[in-house]
Amino acid sequence: MTPTEYEYLRKFLKDNSGLDLSADKQYLIESRLLPLARKAGLSGINDLVQKLQGGSRELITNVIEAMTTNETFFFRDKVPFDHFRETIMPEVIKARAGRRSVRIWCAAGSTGQEPYSLAMCLKEMGAALTGWRVEIIATDLSQEVLEKAKAGIYSQFEVQRGLPIQMLMKYFKQTGETWQINPELRAMIQHRQLNLLHDFAQLGTFDVIFCRNVLIYFDQDTKINIFNRLARQIEPDGFMVLGAAETVVGLTDTFRPIPEKRGLYKPNDPRTAAAKPALAGAAPRLAVMAGR
Amino acid sequence: MKTCLVVDDSSVVRKIARRILEGLEFAVTEAEDGSKALEICQQQLPDAVLLDWNMPVMDGFEFMGHMRRLPGGDQPKVVFCTTENNVAHIAQALSGGANEYIMKPFDKDIIADKFAEVGLLPVGQAMV
Repeated sequence: MTPTEYEYLRKFLKDNSGLDLSADKQYLIESRLLPLARKAGLSGINDLVQKLQGGSRELITNVIEAMTTNETFFFRDKVPFDHFRETIMPEVIKARAGRRSVRIWCAAGSTGQEPYSLAMCLKEMGAALTGWRVEIIATDLSQEVLEKAKAGIYSQFEVQRGLPIQMLMKYFKQTGETWQINPELRAMIQHRQLNLLHDFAQLGTFDVIFCRNVLIYFDQDTKINIFNRLARQIEPDGFMVLGAAETVVGLTDTFRPIPEKRGLYKPNDPRTAAAKPALAGAAPRLAVMAGR
Repeated sequence: MKTCLVVDDSSVVRKIARRILEGLEFAVTEAEDGSKALEICQQQLPDAVLLDWNMPVMDGFEFMGHMRRLPGGDQPKVVFCTTENNVAHIAQALSGGANEYIMKPFDKDIIADKFAEVGLLPVGQAMV
C-alpha cells in the first residue's frame, strides 16, 4: 500500500465513520481489507482504493464495517460485569423499586456477546427482578454484525471465550457445531443500527449505558461530542461503563469516575458541568458531522 | 509456581498444551492415560488437571472419580479438554466433579480463559 493510498483510506474512514487511525496502522488496514478486496474480486488495496474513489456504495459500507468491527467475547474483561452485578444493579433495584423498570443501552453491542452477557447477569439475579420490565437496547454501526447478534448463534470457539461452562449449559442450545442463545434471553434485547456520530436522542434515557471499546477509535473532539450527548441520554443517578483503556478524564465534566471502580462513571449534575469549559467547543463539530 | 498435569494419549496435544501452559507460568507434568495420571496424583496432587476423555487403559472420567476420592483430591481444578463436545458429556463431566470444560480444538486464548475461570490465572492474563 502506498502512502497516498494509506492517507486516502485514513481520511475516508475518518469522514465516513469517525474512525481515527494513527499514521502506523497499515497492518490493520491490510488485515481487515485484503480479505474483503479479494472477496470482491479485486487484486489488492490499490484496486480497492480506486473502486472507493469511484463511489461504489456497497463497497463503502463493507469497508466501514470491516474496519469498525471489533473482537468481542462473552463477559469481556470481567470487571465491568462485576460492577454490573455488585454495584450498578443493587443501586438500580433500590432506586427504581417504585416503577420497577430498568433501561440498559449497549452502545457498541457488536455481535451480541455484551448484551447477552448482561442478559445472563440479570437472569442470574432471579427473584430480585421478578415483575420488573427490563429493556436492553443493543446498537451497532454494522448491519451484518446486528444480524449475527439477533440470531444469537455462535461457533464453538466463540462460546469458549469468557463464558463459564455452566452458563453455556444453562443458556444455550447446541445445534450441530454451533450454539444458540435461548429465545428467552434473545427476547430481552432489541437490536438497532446506529452510528454514534449521528443523533441518538430518539433512544430515550437510560439507567445504564455500556459504551466500551468504541470511543478509542475516535479523535478527541468526536469523543467529547459523544460523551456530551451520552450525558443527555442517561438518568441523573444512572451509570456509564467504558472500556478498560478509556476515560472521560481530561475530556469532559459531564461524567465523573467512581473511585475504586475502574471503568465506571456517573453523570455530573448538568448545571455544574455546563459551567466548565470542557463542554464548549464540541457543538459546532456535531453540526458539521450531522450535516454531511 | 502452580502445577498442571496434562493427561492426553496424543503426544502432539500434550506438547501443544505444555507450551501454552508453560507460557502461562505453570510447571507441567504429563501422563498418557488415566492410570498413569492417577499414579502421579497419588505421589503429589497438582493444582490443575487438563484432562482428555477418551484414552486407553483408563479414561479421563474414570480417572477423575479416583482422583477426587484421594485425600485432598477435591482440591485440584479439573478442566476437561476433549473432542466429546456434546451436552450429555459436558453435563456428565460437571456432575462428576469437573470445574471447566474445553471442547477441542483449543488455542491459547481458550486455555487462558478457562484457567482464569477456575481461579488459577488472574483475569487480566486471559486477555493477552
